[in-house]
This record gives sequence, structure tokens and C-alpha cells, in this order.
Amino acid sequence: MGNCNSCSTGCSDTAPNRTALVQIGGVYDYVVALAGNPNTGKSTVFNYLTGLHQHTGNWPGKTVARAEGFFTQADTRYKLIDLPGTYSLMTRSVDEEIARDFILFGRPDCTVVVCDATVLERSLHLVLQIMEITNRVVVCANLIDEANRKMIALEARALEAELGVPVVPTSARRGHGMDHLLQHIHEVATGAALPQPRRARLDDEIESAIGLLVPQLLQMIPNLPCPRWVAMRLLAGDERMEQALRSGELAEFSKDPAQELVLV
Amino acid sequence: MNESSNVADKLLNDVRLLRQKLGSDLHDRLAGALYHRAAQVSAVGVHVTGRPAVDWDLGADKILTSRWLGFPIMIFALMAILWLTIQGANVPSGLLADFFFWLEGHLETGMKAIGSPWWLTGFLVNGVYRGLAWVISVMLPPMAIFFPIFTFLEDIGYLPRVSFNLDRLFRWCGANGKQSLTMGMGFGCNAAGVTSCRIIDSPRERLIAILTNNFMLCNGRWPTIILLATVFVAASFNPAWSGIVATATVVAVTLIGVAVTFAMSKFLSSTVLKGEPSHFFLELPPYRKPNLLRIFHRSLIDRTIYVLGRACVTAAPAGAVIWLLGNINAGDQSLMAYAISWLNPIGQFLGMDGVILLAYIVAIPANEIIVPTMIMAYMAGTRMTELDDMGELATLFHNNGWTFTTAICMMLFSLLHYPCATTTWTIYRETGSVKWTIWSNLMPLILAVVVCASVAQLSRWLN
Amino acid sequence: MTLRLSELHPGQTGHVLRLDTEGSLRQRLLDLGLVPGTAIEQIMHSPIGDPICYRVRGAMIALRQQDARNIQITI
Repeated sequence: MGNCNSCSTGCSDTAPNRTALVQIGGVYDYVVALAGNPNTGKSTVFNYLTGLHQHTGNWPGKTVARAEGFFTQADTRYKLIDLPGTYSLMTRSVDEEIARDFILFGRPDCTVVVCDATVLERSLHLVLQIMEITNRVVVCANLIDEANRKMIALEARALEAELGVPVVPTSARRGHGMDHLLQHIHEVATGAALPQPRRARLDDEIESAIGLLVPQLLQMIPNLPCPRWVAMRLLAGDERMEQALRSGELAEFSKDPAQELVLV
Repeated sequence: MNESSNVADKLLNDVRLLRQKLGSDLHDRLAGALYHRAAQVSAVGVHVTGRPAVDWDLGADKILTSRWLGFPIMIFALMAILWLTIQGANVPSGLLADFFFWLEGHLETGMKAIGSPWWLTGFLVNGVYRGLAWVISVMLPPMAIFFPIFTFLEDIGYLPRVSFNLDRLFRWCGANGKQSLTMGMGFGCNAAGVTSCRIIDSPRERLIAILTNNFMLCNGRWPTIILLATVFVAASFNPAWSGIVATATVVAVTLIGVAVTFAMSKFLSSTVLKGEPSHFFLELPPYRKPNLLRIFHRSLIDRTIYVLGRACVTAAPAGAVIWLLGNINAGDQSLMAYAISWLNPIGQFLGMDGVILLAYIVAIPANEIIVPTMIMAYMAGTRMTELDDMGELATLFHNNGWTFTTAICMMLFSLLHYPCATTTWTIYRETGSVKWTIWSNLMPLILAVVVCASVAQLSRWLN
Repeated sequence: MTLRLSELHPGQTGHVLRLDTEGSLRQRLLDLGLVPGTAIEQIMHSPIGDPICYRVRGAMIALRQQDARNIQITI
């Protein structure tokens, strides 16, 4: 039997679907994910934004702590979800799986990547990966006060031009730059601003392999927002992604016009 | 559906072919390309404008991890935390206890006024309420001091340096340097310590850390150790020195716990949890100025209140059980008296007595009610009692046949015995395994029995 | 000159040549930025000599000697 009607009701038992990931609870207009390396003051940013409107628990089926909270910006209600701190999104570790699955399948309206301004280069490794999954990225270059103390200066405009996404220097523990961050989150989540990420060019062989897969993926799932990333994960042998392709979970994207097409 | 699954199969087939062609170093090439790009971007937007005159971070690191000072500083920090916790908690603990017992009197009067029968008043007020009052007044002040200090060290970035210093020792026992962080957490509360073992990636090493966390004295046990150290050890010294002797005794018990942790980790990793030590990498983040507001929020809301809440949930029924044991009579004796005479031979064999053992059994849900249960049994009272004066307490213990050996054995038993109910439940939740949960209780129990029996035997020989 | 990372002296800097390690550690090291060509400086030993702390791309990373031995560098 197995017709597609049963799939669209979200019967997937292989992996948590979007509803399970975002966990309906509270009233909100948009979902914002908070990603970043460990030790970048991510939780300070989280606490600053949500204040006491937060609660903690575990990710479904995992012993990994999950924190979520709420905030309001320009009369719009936001739900903020703190992802596990990771250096990358490409390995099999549980933390990275949770973070990359949420950014892809949870379809946050905006993903804030908290970076350590004192070691920005390392944080950019993660930013570049997240930019492969979603366009709706805001880079928060946190600990800017520490960077200044170490005589490291950031040129936000130049970084924005290079990356194609907003870059906001902040010091969450002092509250510096946070209004600016909120403003950018609001613009990106509501669609008032559409970042156009400039992605890293991979080596020719990988690019041509991705080039072969992307048209097939788009033919199969017309509105797939991140065919490049899906192709990269498939090439890396990500079983979760293969499953999502087989089960029709990825095809869900074509039914949701809210997420605009990521241009490749 | 069929058509789309064919398309998927074809696509996945193409993927497999491409993957073979690309070879196995895809991750290397992706990481290389991404870092290449990251370096390009940061070359454009990040400018190093100079070198700070003094590199404070490096200077601090050279001292805190230095060959000669690294370990002394850690031990000094431990002593300082314990001393502050012990000294600082005294006064607020007393005030809280006074308040709760004042309130108890009024509750009792109130209950009588509304015509509640004696057994209901006794059960609710002298049982449940008293259990709760004890736990809160004994646990809250030390936790409210310990957790902020610990969070402070975490916040400024000292704890990763402790891991860095100790990793070599953990490697020797086939465990992970990050275990030291979970042990530090365990000093506050073993349940919190067990949860914090999540930071260890390797399942084998995480299990070692979980199973040995119990050997870290927790807030429920500090008061017992401190009390015994003060009444039995420090009392035999010049009063001027007693504060320092008491602290030193507590630190010695703590360090025995650390040594047992290493030994048991080694034992586990060379028997049931055999395996290659996993790779260790640890980032030493820059030192940061602490944010006091955040420290208070994290340590008081996330840790203190959370741990206290769980302790209360288990202490209330324990208080009820203690009251019932003391007040239900079978024949001419209370259930408690029966249990004590039955447990006494085992207790004597372990260098203690029946009362102490009964207290440990009743106090499985929460260690902090051990001393009050003991006092109540010795005084043959029918409710948990507190004696305010240390001298009175010493007399009570001596009259009940306590010796120096009894105190030592009880301290060791307290250090080694099984984890409390909350911790056991946390272990089950974190491991998802009944087998390891049983291990986590049996292993320390066997160790505690062997150690206490040996000490008792040794002292018999020496006398 | 080719060396193992574990052979660097405090304060000495080398460049990553090759990782002779497999599996999850290799992926971790790469994700921390130890891709070929990256500058890496030895900062300090732990009090008992092992692990050793290195500066990579501005961050301080501690590695055990046995793992550092499997990283080839040039100076």
C-alpha cells in the first residue's frame, strides 16, 4: 500500500519531524536557532535574549540538554532554541547530529551563529557550514571586548561583504551590540532582509560531484532549499540523510513555500 | 510512491558511485576547503593591531599549570572552597533550623486547634515536615555557597586547567581528563555530577565517570563528615587548632575519595570496562571576567534550587518512614528498636552499630537525614531531633559506646557507601541500563563493607 | 625539516604536514583547524608532562602526547 497521503500527516517514525523538533509549546511567530562553538559565550547570548523566559530539558530521545526560551522584538514573538555547542556539523557525534538536523529539518526562521571574535577564523568554519544549509543566517561575533583587549579589530562591513550574511559584533555579558543583533534577527526571520551567503568553493572534483547530484535532487524535490548541503551529506555517507530522502521527509520541503529557494 | 522511490534509488546509486570515485578523504578535503575560505574571509575582515604589552592569559596559565605550583594550587583551592563552605554555612544553617522548629511548634498547635488526631499531627508535622525542614536547613546554605564558588571557577576558566593538569592521572586509569570536571560537580551533588558526565564523549569513559562519581562527598554528606571530624577528631586537639584540624580531616577524607576514584576507575577500565583510552582533546578557553549575575543565576536557579527540589521530594517520604518506625509498636518495642537490635551484629562487624546502619538504610533517599535519625534512635525519641551543642552530642555518642574507631568507620562508610536514591535514578536515566545502575550501588557497597570491616578488625588487633 | 608534533619545544612553531590518525580523532583535529599548512605553536606541558597545549588559529588546544605523535609537521 503505502500511499503518500499517509506520509504527509507526519507519520515518520524514523526521525523526529519538525513539530517534534520545535516542540509546540508557548505562543510564537518565528523560531530562531542559536548555534556556535563551545566556549563562545553562547549561553550568555541565550540568557541575555530570553531572560527568565526559558526552560530546559532534553532533546527527544537523547541525553543532551536542550534549552529554549522566548523573547519579543518589534511586537513579534520569537522562540529561541539553543543548539549544542559544536566545532563542526560534519561528524557523527550526537551533538553535531542534533544541531545539523535541527537547522535542516527544524527549519528555523533564522539561525544565529555565535562566534568567538578572538578566534573568528575557527568559528567561520562552522558559519560556512551553516550557510550551506540555510540562507537565513546572522553571525554574532561575540566577546568583542575580549578581542579588543587582545588588540584584534573586526571590520563588520568587510566580513558581511565576504560572507553575504549580517555580521554583528557583540559583547553579550555587557549587553553591547545586542539591540543590533535583535534587529537583524527580526529582519531575517520576517523576511524583510534576505541574506545571500557566499559559499566556499570546494575542490573541483567535489564541486563536479555536487553539480551532478543537485539537478537530480531538485527534480525530485523542486523546492529543496539546500540541495548542495544534501548532496554533500549524501556523499559523506550520512545515513540519516539517505533515510530522509527515501522516506519522503525531504520531500516535505516542496510543500512548504515559506522557505525560499537557496540559489546555488 | 513507486516512481519516487525509483528516483531515490537511482540517485542513491549515483551517490555511491561518486563516493567511490571521490575516495575516503572527503572530510579532509571539505575541512581543508572550508578553512581555506575561513582564512580568506578573516584576512579581509580581522586585523591584529598589535600585541598587548602583557599576555595575562599566558602568564596565568604558566603559573596554574606549572610543574611545581599546578598541584599545590589545586589542593589549596579545594581546601579554600571547603573551608568557606563549612564556615559560611554554619550560621545560616542554624538560623534556618531555628526558624523551621519555631514554625513546627506553631504548626503543631494549629493542627491540635483544628482537632487533628495525635497520629495525623505526628505523621505530618513530626514526620514529613521535620524531614523537609532538616534537609533544607542542612543542605541549602552549603549549596548556596558551594555552587556559586564552583560556577565562579567554571566561569573564569579555571576548571579546564584542572582537567589539563589531571589528565595524565586519568589516562593512567584508562579514563578521561574531563572526569575531573564531573568530580568537581559531584562535590556539590552526585546527581548533578552524574548528569555532567555528558561532556565525556567516549561511552566507556563516561560510564567510568558515572560509576565513580559517588566517591565524591556531596552536600548531603559534608555535614556528617564535618560533624564527626569536629566532635571526634578535632576535640582531641587544642581548641585553638580545632577549626584547622577539622578542615584538614575533611580534606583528608575528600582526598581518600579522590584516591578511591582513581583506583576504582583503574579497576573498572582493566576489568568490566576494558578498552583503549579514547583520544583526549580539550580546549583551554581564554580566562574571562566573571559575570556575577550569570553566576548567581546559573548556580542558584539551575543548580541549588534544582538539587534542593529533588532532595525535598525524597526527604518528605523518608521523614514519614522514620516517624512510622519510631511510633508503630510491635509488642512492647517500636519497629525501630527491633530493626536496631537485628542490625547491631552487622554494625559491630563493620566497626559501627545497629543504629548507624539503620540510619543509612532509612536515609537512602537523602543522606542529610542520617545524623538526625541516629540521634533520635539513641535518645529513643519518637521524632528526629537536633542537639544544638556539640559537647552534648559527644556525650550522647560516648554513652552509646562510640569510640574513635566508630567515628572513622562511619566517615569511611559515609564516603564509600551506595549513592542516594536521586543519584541512582539519575544514573539509570543517563545510562538507560538496569545492569549499570545495580553496579553503581553494589560496587561501592562491597567496597564500603570490605574497608570498614578491615578497619574494625585492625583496631581490634591493635587494642 | 619534518618532525612529529610531540617533538616541538615550548614556544616553537611548526606547520601541519599530515595527520597519521584515523576515525573520529582525525575528524576532530580537522574541525579544530589542523588542516595541512596550518601554523601550530607549542605553548606548555601539564605539570606531569602530558598532555601538551598548542596554539592553533588563535585557540589553545590540549592534546595527549600519544596523539600529538601522530601529527607530522614541518619547521
